[in-house]
Amino acid sequence: MEALEIARWQFGIVTVYHFLMVPLTIGLGTLVAILQTRWLKTGKEEYLRMTKFWGKLFLINFIMGVATGIVQEFQFGMAWSEYSRFVGDVFGAPLAMEALLAFFVESTFLGLWIFGWKKLPAKVHLACLWIAVVGSIVSAYFILVANSWMQHPVGVEMIEGRPQMVDAWAVFTNNTAMVAFFHTITGALAVAGGFLLGISWYQLWRRRKDGIDTVDAQGRVVVGESAAIAGRDKKDHAVWIKSLRIGAVVAMIAFAGSAVSGDLSGKLMFEQQPMKMAAAEAACHDGTSFSVLSLGDVGSRDCSDVVAVMEVPGLLSFLAHNDFTTEIKGVNTLVPEYQEKYGKYLPDDPMYGDRAGQEINYVPIMPVTYWGFRMMIGFGGLAAMAAGIALLVTRKGTVPRSKPLMRLALVGMLAPFGANAAGWIFTEMGRQPFVVAPNPSMSGVDQVFMFTASAVSPGVSAGEVIFSLVTLTTVYAVLLVVEVVLLTKYIRGGVVSAMPELDTTRPDGGSGPGGEDEDDVLAFAY
Amino acid sequence: MDFLPTLWFILIAVLWIGYLFLEGFDLGVGMLMKTFARDEKERRVLLNTVGPVWDGNEVWLLTAAGATFAAFPFWYASLFSALYIPLVFVLLGLIFRAVAFEYRGKVHSNRWRKTWDWAIALGSFVAAFGIGAMLALTTTGLPLNANGDRVGGPFAWFTWYAVLGGLAVVGFALIHAAAFVALKTDGDIRHRARRLVGRWMPVGLLPLALWAITVAVQHGKWFSWILLAVAVGAAVAAWRANRADREGFSFLGMGVFLLAGAAAIFSAVYPVVLPSTLDPLWNLTVENASSSSYTLGLMSIVAAVGVPLVLAYQGWTYWVFRKRITVAHLPEPLDFGPAVAPEKALASEGTKA
Repeated sequence: MEALEIARWQFGIVTVYHFLMVPLTIGLGTLVAILQTRWLKTGKEEYLRMTKFWGKLFLINFIMGVATGIVQEFQFGMAWSEYSRFVGDVFGAPLAMEALLAFFVESTFLGLWIFGWKKLPAKVHLACLWIAVVGSIVSAYFILVANSWMQHPVGVEMIEGRPQMVDAWAVFTNNTAMVAFFHTITGALAVAGGFLLGISWYQLWRRRKDGIDTVDAQGRVVVGESAAIAGRDKKDHAVWIKSLRIGAVVAMIAFAGSAVSGDLSGKLMFEQQPMKMAAAEAACHDGTSFSVLSLGDVGSRDCSDVVAVMEVPGLLSFLAHNDFTTEIKGVNTLVPEYQEKYGKYLPDDPMYGDRAGQEINYVPIMPVTYWGFRMMIGFGGLAAMAAGIALLVTRKGTVPRSKPLMRLALVGMLAPFGANAAGWIFTEMGRQPFVVAPNPSMSGVDQVFMFTASAVSPGVSAGEVIFSLVTLTTVYAVLLVVEVVLLTKYIRGGVVSAMPELDTTRPDGGSGPGGEDEDDVLAFAY
Repeated sequence: MDFLPTLWFILIAVLWIGYLFLEGFDLGVGMLMKTFARDEKERRVLLNTVGPVWDGNEVWLLTAAGATFAAFPFWYASLFSALYIPLVFVLLGLIFRAVAFEYRGKVHSNRWRKTWDWAIALGSFVAAFGIGAMLALTTTGLPLNANGDRVGGPFAWFTWYAVLGGLAVVGFALIHAAAFVALKTDGDIRHRARRLVGRWMPVGLLPLALWAITVAVQHGKWFSWILLAVAVGAAVAAWRANRADREGFSFLGMGVFLLAGAAAIFSAVYPVVLPSTLDPLWNLTVENASSSSYTLGLMSIVAAVGVPLVLAYQGWTYWVFRKRITVAHLPEPLDFGPAVAPEKALASEGTKA
């Protein structure tokens, strides 16, 4: 394999990995901030417990997003130097702004929140969390501005062979970015909603299994408490049932939001990158039908052997144009159009190295786009449906005693993560062979594009990229295990894991770390 | 002289100095975890002196790199791709260190804590050394061709300048951290940190001074020598303040040393941002490596708003956590088991074993 192929694998692996942590950070951070706000407003202890418990899990996950985020910023220069040179004038700005205007805010105020319990006035302490959460949301905006410029290059002029920014407003209000931002935030909230739902389900199930909660003849919960198990009092039940129902409602609303934003995103994409959407459909010929199942060699990339088994007539036109009759161009129509506009062969330019003169394949890898698109929608929809069912099942105050159902709720937490990952894989792989996609409809700036084949660092050898791919992947795999082990430990520990002072079985009688009266003792320390 | 590229060269220098000043002491504290702290309590004291602030400090690195990308894409592309392997190690160091800070206290076991202590110490060392090597090489040059790509293989960057730069940042970070610990703690650890500054400062700061002298000799500008003299004066003042038990002045003196030393280096190489050792024609300079004046103008506005804001709220953070920390301030680490009925917990532990 050449450096190019390995660098692409590396980008895919480290980015999908990073984006396991990011949506949970954004979504869960928002929910923890809301919970702490509720606590300050109502003074109800269950909200404090929820803030502390979910806040603890939030932090365990947050740090992994921070650690893996540094790789993201460095790798453009390290592995994709030609890309960095080509787009630097317009692409570097949102990255620098993300660091200066978002990362600083996020990291500084989160530090204040973590160590500021009891040190800062309650309202200031809460404000710190909100500011940190807003910082993480703003960072999503900036990075999506950068990514959307690769999908839909706007606000530039080609000067001396490079795009130069001439209209910052166009770059920072790129319609692709606006929709992607909405889509990403709703996707993040769906992840957090599912997270609350799954874990709370486990906790409620555990309370039933340990005989603490029972149900009466009408199926209504009878909340109990156990002196033998740390933290299992009556308020503990309120923590979990409230968390569960908040999680389920958030997951459903977030899915609705991501469906709307996804539809808007799709409509833009039909216009801006018709090939991506044709490949998402494995649509070889022009038509109006949405494919429910296409078989055959979807991956042949020349469309000779794809058979549409089941289709919904008119739906594809609706997704693209809100009517049922406009024909959508298929792959077979688009390929000659792309060849005419952007060339049939890679130019004979030293920047392409050995790849110069190769024929360009304009069709993305269709099994990836086709199934990626369907997994994104499918996982998202399944999670939302499960959330609706969970609301119904738990309306009498607890969960059934069924162990398989509890396991399903835990495994179901993965679905929104899967939807997010599949969506990114689809949209990034669907943009190939371009790293900066040309927009044939002229809504972007005409003739601004770059082939992925010319983006990789010319001076970096395959061996170097293999080295980084292997080390980063290994380290990431180990750290994922560590994170999951830690999360599991804290989840099994329940609220006590985040509030040891609740444990009345301790020798110090649960007065907490160092006792409440010792002002000098830090409320929290590493 | 182009105004905007020069302004951005200065601004990026400021970001790097900000990074070395702030993360300098938390990288150093990381290294001191294994060399200076005597027991678990002292290690926790060290950790908690930087606990609330290390992550914010690290963003200076991200901002310096991001600003380089935005303002000088050719500099960013050439430097980062040429130093591919060392930067992989820097990334690994930063990853392990970050995760270790957060995870170290999350499990109650000596083996767990010991493992993460190594991650913090080694991660800090590798990151400091790698960043130092990178900064030194961007002042002394890399074998770059006309396109700005490294020639000569994955290790063509290796020179004694890389080692000197690595030692410069490691040495500075250690002394700076000791001065910081003396300022931020109390009791035995404070006194030992002060002794460390007094004994080791000349050794720790020597590589950075040598690097500055090397660059000044090569480029020979009179004001670089003046800045260098200021740096040496600041180091002497810091050392004397330390002896006089004035930790605040000592720490401040370290900051002035860094500021003047780095300014001497950056001003000496200006307008070259990354020399090519193969042909001076291929040097990257503030003019030929920079973004358009439109982009630089936009970024200048953003920086004019953003940088003072960052300084203000980061300054406030240091004010909030201004108290000295002692071993007595630390809450006991508390462990917890699963919140399940005890006999069942035992049973499930049994099946696991």
